[in-house]
Amino acid sequence: MSEEENLKALRNTRGNKDASITRTEGMSTAEPVRPGGHAFPAPGGPFLAGEGMTGGYGRGADILHDCTIAVEKGQIAVIVGPNGAGKSTAMKAIFGMLPLRKGRVQLDGEDITGLAPPDRVARGMAFVPQVNNVFTSMTVQENLEMGAFLRRDDFSGTMEQVFDLFPILREKRQQPAGELSGGQRQQVAVGRALMTEPKVLLLDEPTAGVSPIVMDELFDRIIEVARAGITILMVEQNARQALEIADIGYVLVQGANAHTGTGKELLSDPVVRRSFLGG
Amino acid sequence: MDILNALVVFLNFVFIPAATYGSQLALGALGVTFVYAILRFSNFAHGDTMAFGAMVTIYATWGLQALGVSLGPLPTALLALPVGIAVTAVFLLATDRVVFRFYREKRAAPIIVAIVSLGVMFVLNGIVRLFIGVDDVIFLDGLRQIITPADFKAWSGLDEGLGLKMSQAITLVVAIISVILLFWFLNRTRTGKSMRAYSDNEDLALLSGINPDRVVAVTWIIVAALTTTAGVLYGLDKTFKAYVYFQLLLPIFAAAIVGGLGSPLGAIVGGYIIAFSEVIVTYAWKKVVTYLVPESWAPDGLLQLVTTDYKFAVSFSILVIVLIFMPTGIFKGKSV
Ligand SMILES: Nc1ncnc2c1ncn2[C@@H]1O[C@H](COP(=O)(O)OP(=O)(O)O)[C@@H](O)[C@H]1O
Ligand SMILES: [Mg+2]
Repeated sequence: MSEEENLKALRNTRGNKDASITRTEGMSTAEPVRPGGHAFPAPGGPFLAGEGMTGGYGRGADILHDCTIAVEKGQIAVIVGPNGAGKSTAMKAIFGMLPLRKGRVQLDGEDITGLAPPDRVARGMAFVPQVNNVFTSMTVQENLEMGAFLRRDDFSGTMEQVFDLFPILREKRQQPAGELSGGQRQQVAVGRALMTEPKVLLLDEPTAGVSPIVMDELFDRIIEVARAGITILMVEQNARQALEIADIGYVLVQGANAHTGTGKELLSDPVVRRSFLGG
Repeated sequence: MDILNALVVFLNFVFIPAATYGSQLALGALGVTFVYAILRFSNFAHGDTMAFGAMVTIYATWGLQALGVSLGPLPTALLALPVGIAVTAVFLLATDRVVFRFYREKRAAPIIVAIVSLGVMFVLNGIVRLFIGVDDVIFLDGLRQIITPADFKAWSGLDEGLGLKMSQAITLVVAIISVILLFWFLNRTRTGKSMRAYSDNEDLALLSGINPDRVVAVTWIIVAALTTTAGVLYGLDKTFKAYVYFQLLLPIFAAAIVGGLGSPLGAIVGGYIIAFSEVIVTYAWKKVVTYLVPESWAPDGLLQLVTTDYKFAVSFSILVIVLIFMPTGIFKGKSV
């Protein structure tokens, strides 16, 4: 058997879904960059950048094609684009949840392409994935504690700041996150990411599946976070609203950069308006 | 009618033995549930890991005895237990490094890993037999009985005696301490919480900076502690026999599944359910009933539902019934 066939056989359950001997719930679906890699100096360039990223899942075809996303310190970058364009894939690649086949990721004057996700957390990155972004069986407070896992100092002050930002979480701190509403879960997810006091926050559709009122509320909170000096890279479905607050916007189509510009430029670009903003 | 004597017989022959056996099963089931929740497969090598841990502890006990070390009334094995746990932990970590890690890195389906654990079971099975053989090994020393039936009779003036063996008392105490420690660890410590986080959502745990390799290593160390403790307690209470631990796999899995695989609380409750069912169904109730009913109603037969030869049929039946009617168990297989 070729190695590929071997791998297929190992992962084939032959339809076995018997939860009485195995448990697939919560299992990793990612193939992150392996630990043990090193960062090296790469002076100049933007604060955070994925440059010329090319990559895909497993041994599958490329999803990202020479895609570049960059954001300057203290700014907000927004990625928009149709469903399946590869926005989430680009975010994962920047965070090391997906190894790159070509290209590199740069943070604060260092090339971090070879770093595993926990090492990127230690360097000041935080990521709120699009799905499964809270520990459902753990309480709100435990979720926040896990966000602060790498911190060895007293993080109760940061937790208070998160509770000030999202007061509802203070009320629900002893409740399992799985019992919360969609909007509250997103707040837990963002709160968890803020616990490391990151320099860069990656948000993948933080307002997905929440009511319009909660959405406005979340947007306000995100702007508040950005004002505190945290660099933000965000994927958003509500392209218009997101681009209004963006310092720089990227339109991705089929895994490649289609349009790039400041939020205002993209909002006034007739092609972008017609194709992605509904006229 | 003589309720007091009936109660004493019940306590002596049903309650105390079942509570002891239940504690041993609970510790075993906790380990199974732990591996299931965190490493996501059923570890069929669990019973033989218990045998391995008990075997190492026995060798350490012999060593201590040869040196003239003893704990007085307590069995020397308690002193040897940490050695057994440490060696078993090293062994399990080595097994993980040589066997399980390969499959984890290739992201093999958990069902494949469960089958792989069956292979590990056979190897362990052989190792234990090679070293210590297949015969009975008795390694209990110190005081045998805390309360003897004769003392009890003299003290209470009842016809029936109540005995409490040292091994039974130790089993109950050690099991309670282990369970409290485990729950404290999982719910209160940073490492314990990170293991629950990993069990809940591996990817999010990684994003939070939790090192999966460390979670896996700590899991195996805890499994070593649980298996060795359970194995030694069982061996002290009965005798050590290599194949018995392999047979224990059935009631242990039954206990874990009845309680709900993945739920530590379920493992404990399941352990006692299986133990009490097994003892109640295989006990000859004639004596108890004779004390309770008027003389003319006294039963002729033994009032034993099935003989002890069939005790494994009890766990097996419970397992089948639970899997048909309540496959997620009592505590719905909630993750740790
Ligand atoms: N875990 C995965 N394994 C394989 N293919 C995936 C996985 N996740 C996403 N894809 C594929 O990658 C492409 C881009 O998906 P995604 O990045 O989620 O798009 P977007 O976030 O822009 O909606 C899609 O074709 C999708 O089917
Ligand atoms: Mg997406």
